[in-house]
Amino acid sequence: MNNEWPLWEIFIRGQHGMSHRHVGSLHAPDAEMAIKNARDVYTRRNEGVSIWVVEANAITASSPSDKGPMYEPSESKVYRHPTFFDIPDEVGAM
Amino acid sequence: MYAQMVKTAGTGLKSREEMTEQERNFQDKIDADIKIEPKDWMPDDYRKTLIRQIGQHAHSEIVGQLPEGNWITRAPTLERKAILLAKVQDEAGHGLYLYCAAETLGVSRDELTQMLLDGRMKYSSIFNYPTLNWADIGAVGWLVDGAAIMNQVPLQRTSYGPYARAMVRICKEESFHQRQGYDAIRKMAEGTPEQKRMAQDALNRFWFPSLMMFGPSDKDSVHSAQSMAWKIKINTNDELRQKFVDQTVPQAEYLGLTIPDPDLKWNEDRGHYDFSEPDWSEFFDVIKGNGPCNVDRLAARNKAWDDGQWVRDGLLAHARKKRARDLAAE
Amino acid sequence: MTRDEAFLQFLLRMGDNTLILGHRVSEWCGVAPVLEEDIALANTALDLIGQTQMWLGLAGEIDGGKSADDLAFLRDAWDFRNVLLVEVPNADFGRTLMRQFLFDAWHSIMLGRLIKSSDERVAAIAAKASKEVAYHLERSGDTVVGLGDGTEESHARMQEALDYLWPYVGEMFASDDVDAQMVAAGIAPYPADLRAEYDALVERVLNTATLTIPESRFAHKGGRDGRMHTEHLGHLLTQMQWLQRAYPGAKW
Repeated sequence: MNNEWPLWEIFIRGQHGMSHRHVGSLHAPDAEMAIKNARDVYTRRNEGVSIWVVEANAITASSPSDKGPMYEPSESKVYRHPTFFDIPDEVGAM
Repeated sequence: MYAQMVKTAGTGLKSREEMTEQERNFQDKIDADIKIEPKDWMPDDYRKTLIRQIGQHAHSEIVGQLPEGNWITRAPTLERKAILLAKVQDEAGHGLYLYCAAETLGVSRDELTQMLLDGRMKYSSIFNYPTLNWADIGAVGWLVDGAAIMNQVPLQRTSYGPYARAMVRICKEESFHQRQGYDAIRKMAEGTPEQKRMAQDALNRFWFPSLMMFGPSDKDSVHSAQSMAWKIKINTNDELRQKFVDQTVPQAEYLGLTIPDPDLKWNEDRGHYDFSEPDWSEFFDVIKGNGPCNVDRLAARNKAWDDGQWVRDGLLAHARKKRARDLAAE
Repeated sequence: MTRDEAFLQFLLRMGDNTLILGHRVSEWCGVAPVLEEDIALANTALDLIGQTQMWLGLAGEIDGGKSADDLAFLRDAWDFRNVLLVEVPNADFGRTLMRQFLFDAWHSIMLGRLIKSSDERVAAIAAKASKEVAYHLERSGDTVVGLGDGTEESHARMQEALDYLWPYVGEMFASDDVDAQMVAAGIAPYPADLRAEYDALVERVLNTATLTIPESRFAHKGGRDGRMHTEHLGHLLTQMQWLQRAYPGAKW
């Protein structure tokens, strides 16, 4: 049996962050230890307040060759981006 | 440079005509600065070379813990002890990030570790030199980390995404390493006569080995062209070495220390310092395993790994038992 | 003994414990069983060194304006006031983690009381340290459980570590005149009063770890009053203090 500790992907939300961001990976025997290891490895400089860990095996990634079909359609939906709309200065911040 | 003399896999640089269509597309992406990601197609030789390079870089961080760790228990003040410990800990972190980057190429960390332990993979020659007095800790931060940063800053733009991202994180953390080293050696250069002697002694021993970190001269580097085309090597060895010398000489002068090279002098025409080449026969001896500390360093890594086996196995066995119990309870 | 003398002894006990244990844990840097543990142990050692600077810094103020470094690097073994538990050598990773757990459990309970100290400086140090130590305890406790309930070999090694270290536990709960003065001044609790809570915590974790607590309550002593340290402390100090001793007066 392979006795290497499984690989975990680490996601951390920083003090002022709105969402968890992928920061890297590490090895740990289980999820609880992965969280502790993440605290020691990835928050040495006060980077985070909340940690998620996911076993790397459990992640399904899009295939890079799909880059075109997966993402290009959204590139044409520029109206999703707030700067698309011209707002008169007089109405104030929006 | 923590990755020295990485042997580039393959037959050398191909012309566009010699490339397959897949290889041409791949090279086009690199030329357009599009990052290569783990699931992208890549030439086998690119993958192999990267595993060697990132692996060697990671091994260097881990073995590099030893010469500095050698002084943690003898650090002269509580603050110096904390700074040094934090720094050596960062190196473990850097090794960890780099192993993870290598793992995205389909090799496991344990496999890489095994190759380090049985001598199939190398680490930087610099860590086969001993740290003999406290000023060595300053010299390592100032010169060795200084040389490493020269190489690592451009590698943030390397073509392989996970490697580039690891380098970004490493460079961010590395900024304190060189500064703490310079600060430590400066304290000594400005200190008692004995301390000044330690500082000069450290510079005498670490100067040429630091220059060797960049690898042999370009004219003797047979592997560079392909790696540079793949953007996994950004600058030539000689470029970086010159840059390092130009940057370091004024820093040494500020400390009132003498660089152990009688031929070192400013060359007005070139706008660079002229300097003596390191003794390359010594370099090749160290690479072949005959440096002052090669045997001890590898023995220390092997002992740590072997002694830790029961711990790794024990914690994994517990995790498996717990999982089985949790499943049974559901 | 005046109150200030007793207060100084108390501060040295706190600061020497973290100094010596931090030193021991830092010996693992670069040679731990796995990278993640290497990094975690360094964090623990860094916390302990930081706490040392605070405890010995305050002790130095009381002791006629000495610095924390003066106290750490220029006292000889008989002036150290740490419990014997923290000076025993690391041996294997199992003994290191068991020692850490046995100390963390006491440390966290002690700091919990000191947060309410009548001395504001003590309370402030305890408040900062107790957050760090809560994590140390969580981590060392989990690791003791993982290794105790791991493989046959890891179980045997952890039981051996516990058997070796258990006689050093009792000293953390010894009480003397220094403690009586600290209690009277509302600065610190009687160590003996922490024992019930400690036993409950330690028993719970060690039971989960499938380990057996030795029956003997015999306790080595002599560290916290400096009467008789182990032979190990002198060797530790020769390393730790060497530069300061060899080059007196130099600034580093």
